[in-house]
Amino acid sequence: MNPLIDGDKPIFVQIAERIEDDILTGRLPEESQVPSTNQFASFYRINPATAAKGVNLLVDEGILYKKRGIGMFVAPGAREKVLRKRKMQFFRQYVLAMLQEAEKLGISEEELVLMIRKGKDGAEG
Amino acid sequence: MIAKVEGLTKTFGGVRAVDGVSFTLEDRKIYGLLGRNGAGKTTLMQLMTAQQFPTSGTVEVFGASPYENRRVLRQICFVKESQAYVRNARIRDVLEFSSLVFPRWDRRYAEELLDAFRLPKERKMKQLSRGMTSAVGIVVGLASRAPLTIFDEPYLGLDAASRGLFYDLLLKDYLEHPRTFVLSTHLIDEVNRLLEHILVIDRGRLILDDNADSVRGRAFSVSGPADRVASFVSGRTIVRDERLGSLRTAVIPETPDERARTRAAELGLELKPVPMQELIVHLTQPSPAEGGKRP
Repeated sequence: MNPLIDGDKPIFVQIAERIEDDILTGRLPEESQVPSTNQFASFYRINPATAAKGVNLLVDEGILYKKRGIGMFVAPGAREKVLRKRKMQFFRQYVLAMLQEAEKLGISEEELVLMIRKGKDGAEG
Repeated sequence: MIAKVEGLTKTFGGVRAVDGVSFTLEDRKIYGLLGRNGAGKTTLMQLMTAQQFPTSGTVEVFGASPYENRRVLRQICFVKESQAYVRNARIRDVLEFSSLVFPRWDRRYAEELLDAFRLPKERKMKQLSRGMTSAVGIVVGLASRAPLTIFDEPYLGLDAASRGLFYDLLLKDYLEHPRTFVLSTHLIDEVNRLLEHILVIDRGRLILDDNADSVRGRAFSVSGPADRVASFVSGRTIVRDERLGSLRTAVIPETPDERARTRAAELGLELKPVPMQELIVHLTQPSPAEGGKRP
């Protein structure tokens, strides 16, 4: 019930990532309005300045844009941008780490490909 | 800006309780005044609210000196750690009196807060538990809607659930009626998320005056296999270092940049922000080098 954010990243980054998640899943379609800073603050129980910092991160990246006097909106092309960014993160966070671990265990590239296929089929490794 | 303190010093019998402190408070922000017990937090707030005279330095609140200044003092609500009340007064009397003192007092909101903390209005102050007395202070502080509201460790005797209620109510009311709050506390991680700006005081001196989000990013910990952590931290400053078997966790006083994150991912190491409480401890402790010089 308590929407605590206790992750390993700064709170404002987590706010930005939750908005990105909603853009990816389509919960926040392009040109739709994003909740206000105060709504984020009261939902996540954080200072509104921190929520604003998270939102502004996405404004700087062109993922959100501001309509004066109305609020924040999802920019056209935002989903594509988020997707590109997340793929890069995925590469860094998972692929590089996986390759590192694979090397340690002496897993060859072919074996790795097989394992991924197997994983996709839902079989136990 | 609503308050300005310059070169503020207060000595008690040769001891500098507050030592050359300067800072400003902006309108409509939540400040955390953090530090260990005895660091000088309470004295500083007493100086700002005209309950102590400074040995030297100046205090300006709402554009004037607060001393004997009714206009200024009516805009400040200072809730102390062990607030003294007239023992025979009932809770309703305390609220009645407060409604006369604070121009923006909200009677209906005060009633709501009494319900939230389950405070019996007709009960005499002397019959209240320590926690209930603290809750009365919180009700007064919030319902005052004072443009500058200061809470100095206001939760003595309150359990974690009631403190959580206090933080939630404070944030909610701040969003609806933005004003300046100063929360003086040593329960740093409990209030951390509410804060916009942080002031840290240590042995009378102001050692940190910064935006909360930048303070939160000031250090990170890196953990994983000791040999890999070693190659990650090589050439970096370490403020804490712990080993458990072949695992190692080191705290680095830096904001992790993209390169650090990539490097950590390559090495399969975990990066984490350091909790505010721990960060402040690092800041208020002598550094290993400094400590080493001492006898």
